Amino acid sequence: MVQSIVPEIIRESVTNLIKKGERVDGRALDEYREISLETGVIKKAEGSARVKIGNTQIVVGAKPQIGEPFPDTPNVGVLITNSELLPMAAPNFEPGPPDERSVELARVTDRCIREGKVVDLEKLTIIPGKKVWMIFMDMHIVDYDGNLFDAAVLGCLAALMTTKVPSTTIEDDEVVIDYEKMVPIPINEQPLMCTMAKIGGELVVDPSLEEDDILEARVSIGIRADGSICAMQKGGSVPFTHEEVLKAVGIAQEKTKELRKFIPQA
Amino acid sequence: MIIILTSKSIGNNDKGTLTTSSTKKRRDGRDFDELRPLKIEAGVLERADGSAYLEIGDNKVLAAVYGPRELHVRRLLKPNMAILRCRYNMAPFSVEDRKRPGPDRRSVEISKLTAEALNPAVFLEKFPRSTIDVFIEVLQAEGGTRCAGITAASVALADAGIPMRDMVAACAAGKSDGQVIMDLSEWEDKEGEADLPIAMMPRTGDITLLQMDGHLTSDEFEQALDLAIKGCQIIGEEQKNAIKNRYGD
Repeated sequence: MVQSIVPEIIRESVTNLIKKGERVDGRALDEYREISLETGVIKKAEGSARVKIGNTQIVVGAKPQIGEPFPDTPNVGVLITNSELLPMAAPNFEPGPPDERSVELARVTDRCIREGKVVDLEKLTIIPGKKVWMIFMDMHIVDYDGNLFDAAVLGCLAALMTTKVPSTTIEDDEVVIDYEKMVPIPINEQPLMCTMAKIGGELVVDPSLEEDDILEARVSIGIRADGSICAMQKGGSVPFTHEEVLKAVGIAQEKTKELRKFIPQA
Repeated sequence: MIIILTSKSIGNNDKGTLTTSSTKKRRDGRDFDELRPLKIEAGVLERADGSAYLEIGDNKVLAAVYGPRELHVRRLLKPNMAILRCRYNMAPFSVEDRKRPGPDRRSVEISKLTAEALNPAVFLEKFPRSTIDVFIEVLQAEGGTRCAGITAASVALADAGIPMRDMVAACAAGKSDGQVIMDLSEWEDKEGEADLPIAMMPRTGDITLLQMDGHLTSDEFEQALDLAIKGCQIIGEEQKNAIKNRYGD
């Protein structure tokens, strides 16, 4: 990916506004852009969602397949998260195998979903040690306007919550799949992620594209419904102070409460 | 060993009533010369210079255009005109069995043909030493995605304000259940006898994409070609409407 070039004058004006507690698009420092979430948008996927935060847009599809469990976890289903930063999403995104940014996005999302215990993976076992459900989560980033992490976690959570797998029975050591009887996958927790950027020494929630381009550092924090923390990722080469980290956790706990109202009702 | 008890039906609304008349209704209730429901919207993405979203039947396709912009690959550069590059890609969740991400032989071929189908419509000579990049993403596939992609890409090119001689509209015709039909569904394509996707510029009638697989007599081929051309003309009107809806008459 080509690094986008930000004119110094924009960097300065965005930073100076934030130092005064204002933002280019008129938001408060702790305010999200408009969010929309639809589920069931892809019929061919067993679970799907289209999420928008501002103009950032991600289509997520979940597809279950039967496969073999990992040898060290024979009684646990498999969840694989993958993302494609499509070249259509931004002029500096290029076709080709996932670059480090795309891999980071997929891995951080995976961490939040996995450590947030969204799916009860043990219940996805069909024949212990032999056959389990593998859920492939594919994120298609179609429009990039900053803050992919929060959109990715929200979209993946919504897609998983609407994912159904055919019911299975075992007859004479053979798996019988009944596509007529689709059952929802077991959902435990509903973690969400809140990303903050450090600009001009301040923390701003939900960085826009401009802010994402100039941020000194960012931190993404995954929060479960009870306020506990399940994932974190710092980015950018400027450090955080101890106080900033604690402040960020507090903001994430407050802001994920707001995001929660977008979660589909089961 | 995995046994599949009941397989998902691929086609929708199996009427199960097959008549022998030459104009029998199709599996999904359409007439032989009827398109699936079509919806085109221009300007759906923020970052792209031009974009379009298209649904035909259960196909869902996004197209985006960047350019004319600087071309960094020097060996591709043409001193007297722009080049038009295309990338056709299917989302892993767009098909029944998850597709592995990344290009395969099929999508590489379709990308090449799509670029060649769009090329003649664009005034490339106006933008020497630059590139116009077309990206097509199939979000959901239900037969005829290459045509859907070309149709959407052409609207995205217009949305990007790139000067064109005409829209490029694409539509397939073919033969299924012994009947020559327009706009094959996934089931008609898989189970049918022949598939003939074409793209054309409706104003001039010039054909810019032509493929066929299957078996047709020369009479049937002529009928199919006529049907595909008729389909392109209907689709061409919808392309114009999509641009009018976005920018006014």
